[in-house]
Amino acid sequence: MSEPNKYETVVGLEVHVELHTNSKIFCGCSTAFGAPPNTHTCPVCLGHPGVLPVLNRQAVEYAMKAAMALNCQIADISKFDRKNYFYPDSPKAYQISQFDQPIGEHGWIDIEVNGETKRIGITRLHLEEDAGKLTHVDGGYASLVDFNRVGTPLIEIVSEPDIRTPEEAKAYLEKIKAIMQYCDVSDVKMEEGSLRCDANISLRPYGQKEFGTRAELKNMNSFRGVQRGLEYEQLRQAEILDGGGEVIQETRRFDDALGKSFSMRGKEEAHDYRYFPDPDLVQLHISEEWKQSVRATIPELPDGRKARYTSEYSLPSYDAEVITSSKKLADFFEESLSYTKDAKAVSNWIMGDLLGYLNANGQEISDVKITGQGLGEMIGLLEKGTINGKIAKTVFKAMLESGKLPQQIVEEQGLVQISDEGAVLVIVDQIIEANPQSVEDYRAGKDKAIGFLVGQIMKASKGKANPALANKLLIERLK
Amino acid sequence: MSITPKDVEHVARLARLELSDSEKDQFTEQLNAILKYAEKLNGLDTENVEPTSHVLPITNVMRADENRPSLPIEKVLLNAPDEEDGQFKVPAVLE
Repeated sequence: MSEPNKYETVVGLEVHVELHTNSKIFCGCSTAFGAPPNTHTCPVCLGHPGVLPVLNRQAVEYAMKAAMALNCQIADISKFDRKNYFYPDSPKAYQISQFDQPIGEHGWIDIEVNGETKRIGITRLHLEEDAGKLTHVDGGYASLVDFNRVGTPLIEIVSEPDIRTPEEAKAYLEKIKAIMQYCDVSDVKMEEGSLRCDANISLRPYGQKEFGTRAELKNMNSFRGVQRGLEYEQLRQAEILDGGGEVIQETRRFDDALGKSFSMRGKEEAHDYRYFPDPDLVQLHISEEWKQSVRATIPELPDGRKARYTSEYSLPSYDAEVITSSKKLADFFEESLSYTKDAKAVSNWIMGDLLGYLNANGQEISDVKITGQGLGEMIGLLEKGTINGKIAKTVFKAMLESGKLPQQIVEEQGLVQISDEGAVLVIVDQIIEANPQSVEDYRAGKDKAIGFLVGQIMKASKGKANPALANKLLIERLK
Repeated sequence: MSITPKDVEHVARLARLELSDSEKDQFTEQLNAILKYAEKLNGLDTENVEPTSHVLPITNVMRADENRPSLPIEKVLLNAPDEEDGQFKVPAVLE
């Protein structure tokens, strides 16, 4: 095993994001996920001779929007090139992509790891078409090809080699996902393949300027998988270097189940894609006015919201980061604030009970029924003393599952807090009578006994007694 | 610039073509002839001509993001060398 901190890890990520247009990038076929094989294909995306691709304006505008949100400079002139390769997932034997004039270049995003902000450069963002899907059959001797996905518009986002740890890689991906979500250009669902990631990773001794030889890691199916794949690759390369060996430049496939990476090609011909301008597609001239009109559609992004939440609502930076990492969660937070002024309370319920529940069940906010209105109104009921903290937990859980508003849940389940002095006093007296030992302890100066007695009162009232009132009445009775 | 038999072998491999020795010679000769013909362009004075990737004076040809009917599956599969379950069946490319 290599000693830690001997080598510096250098990672660059290539992220592919499927744009959620209605139709494909160069033809009118549907991009809907999950249709029967090859039913969303036509002569254009099947690469029949004599057809002409026509560019989807929406795809271009989504790509511009995404590039702007990643702080890229947008090209004045952009064009499409053919990337030539032979593989059954590509019916034309080339992929229409962008070589030297991508839509966007020189961008960056900020990520936060261990409380520190780090800027990661974005080399470029370009538009291209997706490939088909292969299923291997007959014991690996034949492949079935489904061309439905061919021609789905993709953006490829290439980072600078600025990432230094697997953790940073994961934070980078989460930020890219959040920004794409906020911009509403993609569904960004890794499980449906609408967000995919390849990683270039190399090691070098600390202090060395030149990069080491890198391996390209593919087939990571989750953010956690990316982190695990990079962690494995770090160890693998460190062991090779420690043994005096050389890392081979190659593509490796990460197997999530085994937690290992494997070389993908035995004797690989160096990639030679022979890019050339696609003569079927004319140049794209992007005017200042066009850029402006697209820029105007970009909403407030995660960083902007985070800054607002810390300054306007005094949320801790960490809480603001977590809440803004998902647009739906941030929208939920803001909806709650239409029903209560107490942002800190809303944040605490989100960070604690809500995320606790979602994480425990592997769900997202969109999978549960609670609304921002529900949470906001529940906090209102707490403030008014209609319910206490213990009842609120019950109400919150009911809202998660039913989506009903808190007032209705409280009425249906008879959860109103008992704040009537006479009613609470009856329970207080019962508990005093039933617990002579604790009463004696309290009178002998053991203040802790009071907590036990209040607990008993709450239990006897099924959590409905007003705890502050119970506490007050108890102390008065014991004087 | 001229094409060597090695270049022909390289391009043939990228295109998954197997060429006989006589074919390699034949294509080397033909490709060189094509390049030589294209070289005539170097004789032109392009001092005041802007470089471009396209010769057409047209830009920004785009369509609205609207769906159009796809081909019926029977027609899609007419060109398939073999088929199974509505999919094209091809020999596996070993990785």
